[in-house]
Amino acid sequence: MMALQIEQLSHSFGGLLALSDVNLAVAPGERLAIIGPNGAGKTTLFNIVTGIFRPSAGRIRLLGQDVTRLPPHRRAQLGLARTFQITTLFPRLTVLDSVLLAVQGLDPVRFTLHRPREAYGHLRERAESLLAEWGLADRCHAVTGRLSYGEQRQVELILALAGAPKVLLLDEPTAGLSPAETASVAEMIRRFSRDTTILLIEHDMDVALELVDRITVLFQGRVLAEGSKDKIRSDPEVAAIYLGTDDA
Amino acid sequence: MKTRIAIRWAAALAVLIALPAVLSSYQLGLLTKMLIFGIFAMSLDLLLGYAGLPSLGHAAYFGVAAYTVGLLALRVANNFWLDFPAGLAVATGVSALFGLFALRARGSYFLMITLALGQVLWGIAFGWRSLTGGDDGLPSVPRPRLPLPWPLTDGGPFYYFVLAFFVISILALSVIVRSPFGRALVGIRESERRMEVLGYDVWRYKYVAFVLAGLFAGVAGNLFVYFNGFVSPSYLNIVFSAAALLMVILGGAGTLVGPALGAAVIVFLENVISAYMERWVLVLGVIYVLVTLFAPSGLVGLVRQRLGSHPA
Ligand SMILES: Nc1ncnc2c1ncn2[C@@H]1O[C@H](COP(=O)(O)OP(=O)(O)OP(=O)(O)O)[C@@H](O)[C@H]1O
Ligand SMILES: [Mg+2]
Repeated sequence: MMALQIEQLSHSFGGLLALSDVNLAVAPGERLAIIGPNGAGKTTLFNIVTGIFRPSAGRIRLLGQDVTRLPPHRRAQLGLARTFQITTLFPRLTVLDSVLLAVQGLDPVRFTLHRPREAYGHLRERAESLLAEWGLADRCHAVTGRLSYGEQRQVELILALAGAPKVLLLDEPTAGLSPAETASVAEMIRRFSRDTTILLIEHDMDVALELVDRITVLFQGRVLAEGSKDKIRSDPEVAAIYLGTDDA
Repeated sequence: MKTRIAIRWAAALAVLIALPAVLSSYQLGLLTKMLIFGIFAMSLDLLLGYAGLPSLGHAAYFGVAAYTVGLLALRVANNFWLDFPAGLAVATGVSALFGLFALRARGSYFLMITLALGQVLWGIAFGWRSLTGGDDGLPSVPRPRLPLPWPLTDGGPFYYFVLAFFVISILALSVIVRSPFGRALVGIRESERRMEVLGYDVWRYKYVAFVLAGLFAGVAGNLFVYFNGFVSPSYLNIVFSAAALLMVILGGAGTLVGPALGAAVIVFLENVISAYMERWVLVLGVIYVLVTLFAPSGLVGLVRQRLGSHPA
């Protein structure tokens, strides 16, 4: 069984074909990078896998189950999590409150309304241990919108990790970060559990090559190349795209 | 910290219990109305302040409950145990129905749909003269007779009757907004998309909040028709819905206590300037502008700023 299997996926926005006949299979525990120039369709692919968009054609299987028609929250409950390219945290909530929401999202008590959340101590314990584990414990009472950009990217990752996902989609987690911040986020990703299957969209080739086992190159909505790091590195077509159009 | 908050609540309650001793019967009536509208404003706060849903038709659930209780008490039987639950059931039922339509929309579209749905009820109350009395409303709705030593027709006992509902409502709502469900509403207000991918069935949360808000608006509507002895289409229309929104914003959305305070201020002002009723909409507009300019987080926000404490 594959952790994630994408079959003959196509998606168009009006007349624009953003994805065209994309096939992709990711094994459990594997780490795959998806690279490609701006507008290649990488984020669109994540939006379809998480259920934010319904694809024009094709099928998505998550952990063996056909999820093509499931809404986003049902996919999350099956063990799918993601981060966003553009930071969309809960800007007015504290870091702890945000992480509590992420922890609560997959907990059976998420819909109870007859007791205050404080009555469920295990939620807070889990949130605090996540923050401690990922080095943000001292920021837990800070308002998320006031954190540095680098810290916000860290919170973004912690929210995605809170539900111990089986499949994790990371959309440019290091975009806009300084080299030092990039290194610390990359370090964080490296420390993620090896049981978690990871799909990583990354513009920075060095970061991508260092973190993953395998690479898929998207170009104009199609899979242009796929394979081991060495294979991709020596692929002349990929080199042409990256020399010709990459703006990173 | 916890005990300090408990002491503050107990003190506020003690004041509310003691007040009838020093107020004239006229003032006591005003205070009773403040509590009733306070429940109404808090019910809307669940939507606006917590779930981030700006309803401009919240009078619908207040009004429909008031009409239900009024009609039953006048035409069927003045039986509290029948009429009161029926008012709540109808308010809840109507919000459960309207929610199906309103929650298909977001932002200003949500505002417009709730407005339109509310105006439908207003139109029915206005047009169906044989049932609702049309423009004249339903006069002489009696107060309930309960097996209490004090008749509710007297101002004092009726005040305590309303106070009991006020306390129950504020306690219930404050548990709800602190519960996992209530915290999720806040998350949805801040970022719906994020909540979806965290595993939340966003629509279901919004729908339950919408229906609960209708239920508590129904509590207020029930109490109001007993208090006022009269209900007219103006308690279903947009001006009343807008006044409710203003109570929430003036007091401080997302604080529960704030909207109750906002309701008290609006009721007080309405009373002071009742001689110029045709200017009421203008007055509401001016208050709205002043609040957005000088106290965007409402009265509670102003107090917190003074005390230098952070929002919850
Ligand atoms: N919601 C949308 N509506 C219409 N067009 C869209 C939408 N989202 C993306 N597109 C278009 O689809 C194409 C693919 O966009 P997508 O965001 O998936 O690219 P990307 O590979 O993530 O690029 P980047 O590296 O810049 O993030 C682009 O041409 C984009 O303009
Ligand atoms: Mg993108």
